[in-house]
Amino acid sequence: MELRNAPTHAGCGIPTLLDEADRRLVAAIQEGLPLVHRPYAVIAERIGLSEPEVIRRIAQLQAVGTVRRMGVIVRHHELGYRANAMVVWDIPDAEVDSFGACLGSFDFVTLCYRRPRRLPEWRYNLFTMIHGRDRTAVLSRVEELVERCGLQAIPHEVLFSRRRFKQRGARYRRQLPSPAAAMVAG
Amino acid sequence: MDALDRAIVNELQGGLPICDRPFAEIAERLGTDEHYLIERLKAMLEERLLTRFGPMFDAERLGGGVTLAAMSIPESDLDQVAERVNAHPEVAHNYVRDHHWNMWFVVATETPEQIGEVLDAIESETGYPVLNLPKEEEFFIGLRLEA
Repeated sequence: MELRNAPTHAGCGIPTLLDEADRRLVAAIQEGLPLVHRPYAVIAERIGLSEPEVIRRIAQLQAVGTVRRMGVIVRHHELGYRANAMVVWDIPDAEVDSFGACLGSFDFVTLCYRRPRRLPEWRYNLFTMIHGRDRTAVLSRVEELVERCGLQAIPHEVLFSRRRFKQRGARYRRQLPSPAAAMVAG
Repeated sequence: MDALDRAIVNELQGGLPICDRPFAEIAERLGTDEHYLIERLKAMLEERLLTRFGPMFDAERLGGGVTLAAMSIPESDLDQVAERVNAHPEVAHNYVRDHHWNMWFVVATETPEQIGEVLDAIESETGYPVLNLPKEEEFFIGLRLEA
């Protein structure tokens, strides 16, 4: 197991101020980067900036967290991850931070968020996403989490996905990224 | 996918360098050449192994709204409700899951206020209640899967 860096909470939820050039840049890259030797030069030309300026601005957007990362987004099903489960936990409020940090430290946990309870309909306040080759693999990973984070007394449920209606590619919505581009913040 | 494709995907899930020749830098790390790397990426996008190549944004930092929503829909009504929900352009990643709350989707909007409007519209169009479960704290977000 590889431990990751602790997440930073500085400035969470505060929209970063983008200037007009940043907005053009966001709109130009949200659909994806051109697959050419100098992708940032192509973007620069499209929006009337220089290549170094585009590189500087993207680096800055990434440094403040507006761009989480540049890179590929895989289709997990097509990569052989046939099973994915949202595993939800009902953790006492005072203990969410420590359990959340533990759950989030596992490689196979791809998301770990605290969300509100909606009583009486919904009791769970911590959400983790786990992918596996099949359901058995996912369930054994859940077992591993329970054991290694000491979650034996914590109620949880495993919600396997049965059907995917939509995992949509990027689409333009004026100057903001698409839901697909924003998927990670969901 | 061959071994090099897998190495490319694994490397690029960690991010693309932000420099003038980013693919050249990745290619060097992987012991291949820039041109071949670009061709393989194009092929994998075409084969739909990858959805996208580019930035992953934090919608909230861009001033937008985003939430996870859940609905409980009888099996017989599932397709019809899904169609109505998915007709909203703000809805992405709609999954049916094995649970009483069986429909789960992400809603992303240009402003935080629009989240409530979209969820209200879905409730009134379908006649089923929607659970609004926005992120309150993030412990980890990776979305990396070993290829």
